[in-house]
Amino acid sequence: MKRVGVVALNTFREAVRDRVLYNLVFFALLLMAAAVVVGQVSIGIEQIVIVNLGLSAISMIGLLMAVFIGVGLVSKEMDKRTLYALLAKPVRRWEFLLGKFGGLLLTLAINTAAMSAGLYAALFYVKHSLERADGLALVAIYFILLKLALVVALALLFSCYTTPLLAILFTAGLYVAGLFVKEMRGVHGDKMAPALQTFLRWLSYLLPNFENFDVMASAAHGRHIPAALILQNTVYAVLYGAIVLVAAVTIFSRRDLK
Amino acid sequence: MADAAIQIENLTKDYPFGFLHLKTKRSLEGLTMQVEDGEVFGFLGPNGAGKSTTIKLLVGLTFPTAGNARILGKPISDISMHQDIGYLPEQPYFYDYLTAAELLDYFARIHNLRGVERRERVDRMLKKVGLETARKIQLRKYSKGMLQRVGLAQAILHDPRVVILDEPMSGLDPLGRREVRDIILELKREGRTVLFSTHILSDAEMLCDRVGVIAGGKLRGVGAPDEIVGIQAHGMEILFELLGVAASTPRSAALLGTAMKTGNRYRMHVEESELYATLDQLRETGARILSVTQMKASLEEFFMGLISADRAQANAVDVSGK
Repeated sequence: MKRVGVVALNTFREAVRDRVLYNLVFFALLLMAAAVVVGQVSIGIEQIVIVNLGLSAISMIGLLMAVFIGVGLVSKEMDKRTLYALLAKPVRRWEFLLGKFGGLLLTLAINTAAMSAGLYAALFYVKHSLERADGLALVAIYFILLKLALVVALALLFSCYTTPLLAILFTAGLYVAGLFVKEMRGVHGDKMAPALQTFLRWLSYLLPNFENFDVMASAAHGRHIPAALILQNTVYAVLYGAIVLVAAVTIFSRRDLK
Repeated sequence: MADAAIQIENLTKDYPFGFLHLKTKRSLEGLTMQVEDGEVFGFLGPNGAGKSTTIKLLVGLTFPTAGNARILGKPISDISMHQDIGYLPEQPYFYDYLTAAELLDYFARIHNLRGVERRERVDRMLKKVGLETARKIQLRKYSKGMLQRVGLAQAILHDPRVVILDEPMSGLDPLGRREVRDIILELKREGRTVLFSTHILSDAEMLCDRVGVIAGGKLRGVGAPDEIVGIQAHGMEILFELLGVAASTPRSAALLGTAMKTGNRYRMHVEESELYATLDQLRETGARILSVTQMKASLEEFFMGLISADRAQANAVDVSGK
């Protein structure tokens, strides 16, 4: 397991030294600043605007990083053949994959933490104080991180057996589909064949349910977020992520590096 | 044999191709050979012969379709085997955001080297490959030769008993090639087993205890470089020059008819049995003998012979197929 940590730290170092990353963070901070401006002109609903815009920025930037860097985790190493020298050393392929996954997750966690600090700074700037209810945004941020972990796992899986472009399309496609799982389960109508309804229902259980991770509106309006949902989302992300990673390891462990 | 450092038995590799990967192309066919402990073994062959395929199978980057191999007695599927091998990929490329020192430190951590020992090892390797002054420069700024040296450093960083180098001299200038040759010789002096692939024949002749020649995915011969070349050894070459007066006689003119002139010098090929008679004739005509060399087919000619034979065989199959 020590080698997983070594690979993870190197992946983190790669992301930190990638200038694109700083552009994304700059863009996120710009959105925070915009939130402050919009919040100031939205008399009475400053908190709602700032929290909504801030959380959206954190989620969007995180997703962009998770998909684009996640897809490159394996494919870039194969294209540039940096992987060859590493895998000839006593590193198991699952150790490499878990290390890459952990490294990007660490990067995303630190970026999310930095952007969250920006969000709370914006809130403090507008309200001149922070209340207990503002802590709800932290739950929303935790859910964003869980969501990002799942997206990274999916990107890693696809990048193990297809081209980067297709891997981006598949990951983004699954993410969008995962936002509509409740709608898929609730499809009823005379015009739709029962077999198709059954298929959609089954499919909705197979797809990653990203809808459950969206509590931005609750956080913005100060509505209570049940502890059961926090536990459910945590368990779901861990189990689903583990299944996806096992699939990625299975595919990658048999892949020839030509 | 129990002493063999690398033992390969019937190793075969097919690569799938086509839209659905339903077709396969055989890159390596039934390779059986061994590399003895402590020897420098050259793996020779033209491009696409199967050298890199063999090496990638040995270091676990690809998986065999059939057959097996053992390194230091351990099957190549055993991850602990990797602790004892060093590998330099062909045209190596490393994380370009790292410096040479950071890259070696990363690999040293992978090999579980710790603290002071790790730092000392990294410093020693950088010095060994002549990169101690460039240790803090990011690899993106390195030339091809420098990357090759970093590649060598990471291959021997952990004191492996078996070192496998894929085209280590490829793309290097004469000085770089000499440095790599020196490192290989040093590894040999230290008692390590070195297997390297190359198509630069003089390097193989200079460094190898034995060579294996591969073409078309099949092993064509294993032995000392001289033995392999000896397969087609033939004739003698006489290098001589003629004095102005002697060159104008009829006898010297007849001799000149069979010689090739380069500048003021003549080069003549004769059968070994005719050597002394020809030398006598040349002396009588006033020629000054500069050198006499036994003519050996170069490994290059050996390759060409193999490829020509393969093509002839393929054509024969085509014709009979029709």
